[in-house]
Amino acid sequence: MHDRGGVHLHEMAITQSVVHAVCDRMGDAQIRRICLEIGTLSGVVADSVRFCFDLITEGTPLEGASLEIIQPTGRARCRDCGAEFALNDLLVLCECGSANRELLAGEELKIREVEVMA
Amino acid sequence: MCATCGCSGETILEPHEHDHEHQHEHGHGHSHTRTVTLEQAVLARNDALAELNRKWLAERSILAVNLMSSPGAGKTTLLERTIRELGSELRVSVVEGDQETVLDADRIRATGAPAVQINTGSGCHLDAKMLAGGLQTLDPPEGSVVLIENVGNLVCPALFDLGEQARVVITSVTEGAEKPRKYPQMFRAADLVLLNKIDLLPYVRFDIEDFLDGARRANPGVEVLQLSATTGDGVADWYGWLRVRLP
Repeated sequence: MHDRGGVHLHEMAITQSVVHAVCDRMGDAQIRRICLEIGTLSGVVADSVRFCFDLITEGTPLEGASLEIIQPTGRARCRDCGAEFALNDLLVLCECGSANRELLAGEELKIREVEVMA
Repeated sequence: MCATCGCSGETILEPHEHDHEHQHEHGHGHSHTRTVTLEQAVLARNDALAELNRKWLAERSILAVNLMSSPGAGKTTLLERTIRELGSELRVSVVEGDQETVLDADRIRATGAPAVQINTGSGCHLDAKMLAGGLQTLDPPEGSVVLIENVGNLVCPALFDLGEQARVVITSVTEGAEKPRKYPQMFRAADLVLLNKIDLLPYVRFDIEDFLDGARRANPGVEVLQLSATTGDGVADWYGWLRVRLP
């Protein structure tokens, strides 16, 4: 069921969670724009969120809002040699051969900001 | 506060543009906007409920383990054997997540263990709220073990914290050795990987070294146990893993 680029059910749940989180914070305020951070290693496909956003937000204060998604790329620090390196996926090893790394970026899944009617 | 017209706002990052002159008393019917910084985790609500579950379980000294796999990896068969073989030693109950049917819960109840079925419908994973409801119904006794059989799927369950103490990923040799490479988020989330159906190794093409390398890349240092839920080979190590985690 994990077919990159396709729409997965968990992006529906993630998008629903975005609506809940925004309503928890902003009440009924009409949202004009929302900016999300979805890291490339988060396991959430940004295009799938875009695909289901209009459907999920229908009838909510987010209906009609423009959706902006920032996709931080993966960065890690090797715990063995201390080098910092980029990761396209979670399988990349440090140049020293170590898999023992601390992820610094790429797993973000958060709502950065919203623009509301003042 | 809005710098231009005085309406209140939590955070204003950028002054917005006003094309019109401010000669008039204006209400808020016009369409200027303000930007509010949230910096909030998308799954904050689930994570908060998961923390409540974790506290609830800890207060009762209950060990809750979240079992995740693709469909057909052998979760239910492993649960059946675990309950039959550890039932006299541990009090085990089961939360069954399934999209539609009660078949798995029926299989568990046939072993004599209490089981509660959560049908997720179109949902592809259990979340913390569902587990909270399941625990209320199940009412597991203090000092017992709750095994949570998540919906069969190696993608979505990885994202949702349930409040469990440990996450176990079960995969089988018939699924192929590339599973950790295809689903690294799931393997990264695991505290333990169980490689099931090793009795079938003579009949399938499965490179164990390649599998272990993929698992190590996704989750350095993750423990991997090899077993067969059907024949019982290797299950003693799984029981040992459970025993040392009992509160």
